[in-house]
Amino acid sequence: MPRLADLIAPLESSGLADAIRENDLLFPLIESVHVLSICLVVGSILVVDLRLLGLASTNQPVSRVTRGILPLTWSAFVVAVASGGLMFISNATKYLGNGYFVAKLLLIGAAGVNMAVFHAVGARDLPRWDNESAPPLRARLAGGFSIVLWIAVVACGRWIGFTMQVG
Amino acid sequence: MSDAVLGEFCQWLAATPLSRAIRTTGWVIPALQTIHILGVAVIFSSAILVDLRVWRIFQRDIPLPDVARRFLPIVWPVLLVLLVTGSLLIMGEPRRSLLNTTFYLKMALLAVALALTGALQWSLSSAPAFRQGGRARRITGRTAATLSILTWCGILFAGRWIAYTQAG
Repeated sequence: MPRLADLIAPLESSGLADAIRENDLLFPLIESVHVLSICLVVGSILVVDLRLLGLASTNQPVSRVTRGILPLTWSAFVVAVASGGLMFISNATKYLGNGYFVAKLLLIGAAGVNMAVFHAVGARDLPRWDNESAPPLRARLAGGFSIVLWIAVVACGRWIGFTMQVG
Repeated sequence: MSDAVLGEFCQWLAATPLSRAIRTTGWVIPALQTIHILGVAVIFSSAILVDLRVWRIFQRDIPLPDVARRFLPIVWPVLLVLLVTGSLLIMGEPRRSLLNTTFYLKMALLAVALALTGALQWSLSSAPAFRQGGRARRITGRTAATLSILTWCGILFAGRWIAYTQAG
């Protein structure tokens, strides 16, 4: 993918990338922020997924759970992407060559598609089952997929650390 | 315990068959760390959600005791998962944690965070009138919630920092 390489080369040689590579504290600091935000993303989205599965928060309507939780999920996701992006540009070529990194991005994409499809199709008639403790099968499937995908995202993230040496 | 005794203990632990198996089977440590992080995600998010509720940022239309009852009980069984995976990780590489100041800092912060969580759970179950408490009660609650957020963040930072401060 020569075009992609052309795109990332200036990022990787930027002053910011240099600083992250060379400063002993910067990388672990960014990494800690990344772990912290990922934990919030996964933990908070799990609350929504368990509600969709009918396993927790069943005394509240689905829409009330999502309305309460998703602002936190999205805020944490923005921080996770920003901190992940900073780690990425410090060693972009190596990351792109790492299978677990690529898999992690694809899995996050899959989690996004799962959510978008559920939003656009599965939840169209949400008002009809909003209060039900056990939502319809399509909602339970979306919740189940989400849990599996995010567990896989965390696993890939951890495996990146064992399959490439950076910092 | 002196460093020498601790060092010997680490050496003994590292020589056990279980330690060797954890260390030399490639997928075991990343798998344990993955389970550990997922557990941290559950506990951390639960604590943060309740702390944000104390600050009336999250689900302010639902009474605090209800929010606490939804999120805090899960902390204790998941803590058990963290203790098991954490202990196995220490067994695999004893020196990485046991000879590392950051690890003891993490444990000290964990004690504070759990005390705060337990105290909140206890005060909500034993004093149903918590919400009607006056200004002093509210300030105490918010101070404890802020301390809880900072402590949990410190635990996560220290956890990641163990990898960067381990003894050679």
